[in-house]
Amino acid sequence: MKKLIGLPAASGIALGPAFIYNRGILYAERYHIDDVNQEFEKLESALKQAEADLAALTQRAREQVGEVEAEIFEAHAAMMRDPELQGRVRALVEEQKVNIGFAWQDAVQFFAKTLRDVDDEYLSARAADVEDVGQRVLSLLLGKPLHSSKPEAPSIIVADELTPADTILFDRASILAYCTQGGGPTSHVAILSKAQGVPCIVGAGAELATIANGTFLVVDGSSGVILVDPNLQIREDYETRAGSRLHLQQEAIKNANLPAETLDKKRVEVVANVGSHKDAVEAIQYGAEGIGLLRTEFLFLDRSSAPDEAEQVEAYSAIFKEIGSSKPIVVRTLDIGGDKPAAYLNMPKEDNPFLGLRGIRLSLRFQQLFESQLRALLLAGAGYDLRIMFPMVSTLDEISQAREIFERSRLALAAEGRAYSEKVQLGIMVEVPSAAIMANVLADFVDFFSIGTNDLSQYTLAAERTSADVAYLADPFQPAVIGLIRLVIEAAHNKGKWVGVCGELAGEPLATPLLLGLQLDEFSASPKLIPELKQTIRSFSSKEALDIAQEAMRLPNAREVREYLETILKKAEHGK
Amino acid sequence: MKTAQFVVMDPVGLHARPAALFVKLASKFSSDITICNLSTSGKWTNAKSILGLLACGVKQGDQVEVRAEGTDETMAVEALEKLVVSNFTEGVA
Repeated sequence: MKKLIGLPAASGIALGPAFIYNRGILYAERYHIDDVNQEFEKLESALKQAEADLAALTQRAREQVGEVEAEIFEAHAAMMRDPELQGRVRALVEEQKVNIGFAWQDAVQFFAKTLRDVDDEYLSARAADVEDVGQRVLSLLLGKPLHSSKPEAPSIIVADELTPADTILFDRASILAYCTQGGGPTSHVAILSKAQGVPCIVGAGAELATIANGTFLVVDGSSGVILVDPNLQIREDYETRAGSRLHLQQEAIKNANLPAETLDKKRVEVVANVGSHKDAVEAIQYGAEGIGLLRTEFLFLDRSSAPDEAEQVEAYSAIFKEIGSSKPIVVRTLDIGGDKPAAYLNMPKEDNPFLGLRGIRLSLRFQQLFESQLRALLLAGAGYDLRIMFPMVSTLDEISQAREIFERSRLALAAEGRAYSEKVQLGIMVEVPSAAIMANVLADFVDFFSIGTNDLSQYTLAAERTSADVAYLADPFQPAVIGLIRLVIEAAHNKGKWVGVCGELAGEPLATPLLLGLQLDEFSASPKLIPELKQTIRSFSSKEALDIAQEAMRLPNAREVREYLETILKKAEHGK
Repeated sequence: MKTAQFVVMDPVGLHARPAALFVKLASKFSSDITICNLSTSGKWTNAKSILGLLACGVKQGDQVEVRAEGTDETMAVEALEKLVVSNFTEGVA
């Protein structure tokens, strides 16, 4: 048996055969043709079919994954009809009397190479797009399937990387887990698998490529462990664990609407991370007691102009209505930066967008945009328990300025005589170490803190979470990150303020007893994770959790913290 | 034939969104429109092709020339120049 360790990206245990996913590359042989027009007809019908396929993919992506993925397929459709590309293909066929498949392949390779030769990251990515769409059309011209194959029986997908175009093709029922060689906890597949509730391990390294198709694997998405061809006893052991997990999950879904309270009846709040109206509907279904993080970027990205006040009010109102007036709704103001720029803002290109103009820094630069968002939130929030928080705060000054603009917006609405939300809590996201260290001072100027553990980890460890090489460092179980979380909670409680966690850590079962022990008030996680999160909270007493947190904080590194928490969780599961 | 020369000041050059906007605008005219990056290759390419334009590799500070030939050539050249010189804000909502 071989044991590989990658980065845990989505929790859960899976056992089953490996399915080695290869993006099969198609080649067209060159041969002589006589009837040029017949070749052009073939191309036209292939392009029409490809357009229909891409339209279906766009639709599917929009419904299941998101707008960004959908636009990738739309861009592919436009690229396919590019006049230069078409011109080159036609010229080749006419001048050299070669078959259309070869001419298409040749022209696609020419543009891909030209774009790659310009030595620019953006253009290299476009080169990959040209090749991707090139393969799509070529498969139709050759009458061969685009991808090598799809798993027939339920399998664990093993790949070097998985792109949106890959994952959208899989049938959810045939996927037991995903394992990739590259990538980090925030790669496309990591986010997708969490949303699907499928275990996932990323960054497992080159050794993953040595696994043969069909090999039996055990994947533990909570610890990042992949066992290759384990013996019968180990399999049974994991099967039992997977079985009891499944049982627990079903139990948890049944109890989703019960409150989240510890064995000794200490209640905490379990709310949802939401990024669309659809998420809000799901949040209520899965027993969320409100929204702990409403991401508002969906309204601002991938469009050519900013949404106006009316459009924003309408979008917020639709979400608030789903949640209802008795539950808390925490909205994060616009959180964008150079890595996902809004086209209409003309943002400067930055070498290091994660340390650049983003979050509240951007809102304070583009004050009109910020004010229009605050106004829209106040208007839509009338009659709701609205709470607004500012992302990426690093100094007290930023809070003062943001509050000032908030106050200005509020007074303007009052002067206009419009109905707006009068009792709004104002808080900040704690994602930057400086904000965590200054929490005792900042607590006087806010109503609450919400800790964004993903960014707090990357900034504390100085490790970009999108970089495959260092993403392993951006781990919220690092003692330094846990130390900062404790600092923030203590500082807030001393001033009578509440604290939530809205990063991935809140929905991670391993972290639940630890966060309970640190006296966290609010857990905010993806809707699907909520039933289990509530169930885990119900299985500890506050005294137990306190002891666990104290023990965990004595440990010197992330590995030992995880291992310790794993033994705790296993014990709790067996205890049932 | 109408021509115009100008310097691209947008920080991303003629990539990404600016390139897409440029091609979109060029495609609205019936004239044949070509563009050349005078600061580098000097090769002419179809201004209605996103692939051709991207391959020109126009960066911030590069000088380009646009040529249009057809019934709406004057309007085409003026509109494209205005788009680039305004740093891609003119004619865009």
